[in-house]
Amino acid sequence: MAEAPTAGSDEGSVDAFLQGGASLRHAPGPYFGSYGGRWMPESLIAALDELEDTFEKAKADPEFTAQIADLNKNYSGRPSLLTEAKRFAEHAGGVRIFLKREDLNHTGSHKINNVLGQALLAKRMGKTRVIAETGAGQHGVASATAAALLGLECVVYMGAEDCRRQALNVARMELLGATVIPVTNGSQTLKDAINEALRDWVANVGNTHYLLGTAAGAHPFPAMVRYFHEVIGEEARAQILDQTGRLPDAVCACIGGGSNAIGIFHGFLDDASVKIYGFEAGGDGVETGRHAATITLGRPGVLHGARSYLMQDDDGQTIESHSISAGLDYPGVGPEHSYLADIGRVSYEPITDSEAMEAFRLLCRTEGIIPAIESSHALAGAIKVGQRLAAEEAAAGNASDKIVIVNLSGRGDKDVATAAEWFDLLEKDSAEAAIGKEGEQL
Amino acid sequence: MTSKSAIAIDKARAEGRAALIGYLPAGYPSVEETIAAGIALARNGADLIEIGIPYSDPVMDGPVIQAATTEALANGFHVRQVFDVVAGITAETDAAVLVMTYWNPVIRMGVDEFSRRLAEAGGAGLITPDLIPDEAADWMEASDKYGLDRVFLVAPSSSTERMRRTVEASRGFVYAVSIMGVTGARSSVSTAAKGVVAAAKEAGAERVCVGLGVSNADQVAEIAAYADGVIVGTALVSAIRDGGVDAVASLTKDLSAGLTRK
Repeated sequence: MAEAPTAGSDEGSVDAFLQGGASLRHAPGPYFGSYGGRWMPESLIAALDELEDTFEKAKADPEFTAQIADLNKNYSGRPSLLTEAKRFAEHAGGVRIFLKREDLNHTGSHKINNVLGQALLAKRMGKTRVIAETGAGQHGVASATAAALLGLECVVYMGAEDCRRQALNVARMELLGATVIPVTNGSQTLKDAINEALRDWVANVGNTHYLLGTAAGAHPFPAMVRYFHEVIGEEARAQILDQTGRLPDAVCACIGGGSNAIGIFHGFLDDASVKIYGFEAGGDGVETGRHAATITLGRPGVLHGARSYLMQDDDGQTIESHSISAGLDYPGVGPEHSYLADIGRVSYEPITDSEAMEAFRLLCRTEGIIPAIESSHALAGAIKVGQRLAAEEAAAGNASDKIVIVNLSGRGDKDVATAAEWFDLLEKDSAEAAIGKEGEQL
Repeated sequence: MTSKSAIAIDKARAEGRAALIGYLPAGYPSVEETIAAGIALARNGADLIEIGIPYSDPVMDGPVIQAATTEALANGFHVRQVFDVVAGITAETDAAVLVMTYWNPVIRMGVDEFSRRLAEAGGAGLITPDLIPDEAADWMEASDKYGLDRVFLVAPSSSTERMRRTVEASRGFVYAVSIMGVTGARSSVSTAAKGVVAAAKEAGAERVCVGLGVSNADQVAEIAAYADGVIVGTALVSAIRDGGVDAVASLTKDLSAGLTRK
């Protein structure tokens, strides 16, 4: 087996690594290169050990994998479709673009894959209560959904500001039987909701599982959350082979914590011919300081249990992130992404709010699909990638027949108020205008 | 290797009592007042002083300490100022002064650089609430190089094996978390604390101090009966918030009375 490539090595060595027969697809943790680990209070280590042990046994248990497969098929609606976006692709240099339709899953995003898996693990551990953090509410809604389905008590921590801006999502969680606790300390954002959930977990770890919503945090969370999302990449790879007879030239996904991205990347990490792109939230522009482009501009540090790229100041204090997309508005990123960035296997680039919203509108009007603003970052990135690929082909004198897959991680129904305000579609004094204005400040 | 914390705890032991350890967040309400309060702690019965570095994401702290450290950061506190606090207190007292810090600020400055500056300021070592020995290779090396104490935490949930490894990695004393929870005053001390101390001793710890939830002399007396030291945090932060340095002095006097009560 080949040695794992080291940090800072170039793409050539990744090729050598892959050709050596080693796989990047199933990195088990706790470390991904120098990232990952367990930077956590001792009080929680026993719970992390219990979770790791339960997860490893469950993966090897046909009963568990059959349960997951059944829920994926008969509850979430998997496999999700792979839809070719022909009219949208006309704006991307003429490459073929295929959308992996995670927006069609039950609850409207990829989040359901992870919450069902973790809620089942909670049951196997004999825990009766799950807690979760949420930014805009998507993971909170998904967690409340899984808890309702499996008969677990559910408490969701959400920044007080986000509760106000996303009042309808708070109502959705409460309809599903969850208790939503507004977090008023610190910056009152997603990272503070995670802090508060961790404090709850320390105090109630005996009966409580922390259902973390992204592929970040202390081991085993990054590898475990990826495992539950691997179905995205595995389906997409089989579907593109079935529909086009070959692998794609590029795969694109948006990156906040990075769970939808690691799920689809997993399917293609070992295919050296497939270029992989992660698009971070560039907010107002990375030069303005108001962004969430963690890998692009962050420095390695530890937050919420893992060593990874982190938006931090010279004192090591976490910097607040900014993005129009609440789901990408997080100053950290999953450790496996930091590793994939360092070894050059995945390219990470920022997409500004404006670029994302243009792609949002374009998909609405060319394909009749309203995407989540998070996923719109991947769409905007795919346009750039498509144009680059087409230009390379033109320079080489070839007709372009390149294929790009975009992970459409969620639907945009939740974002309609924000988008309507952005595009100035609302009557000035309407109630919707007021909601939209608040949404836009995300 | 000599340990300032061990010397301070052993001195209390020689007097037939447990040691008192008081916590204050650096820069709350100001760097000058933290120094003055630290000196007041030492002069009124504290044997060791724990200076916390305000941090943006303090997951092991309850509302009182969170509010204080958030205010310190809002007032412009910088990590390097913790060395001024340590130097200011050690210049005036014999107390062993430890720094309590979440790990990212130390990584940012550089573990070696941070350790060198702490030792220069006269500091005894570090208490590390979110660093476990498994991730502490850099800190093990730097703390040996600069002669600093490594105070790791053990909890009611720690397995026998983890207890053994953590005790082995520690120097000065082992911090026994009394309850599963975050910092904050509680009306009664958890019965779990005594078990954690016994388990740490069983694992070979020479000195075990108990913290989390201790706020009055009765609780100090209860813990002093079985532990080598008693750590008080939130109650002192409330005192400096409500009554400044004088309130810290008078609370410390009360608390220390609990050390010798039978």
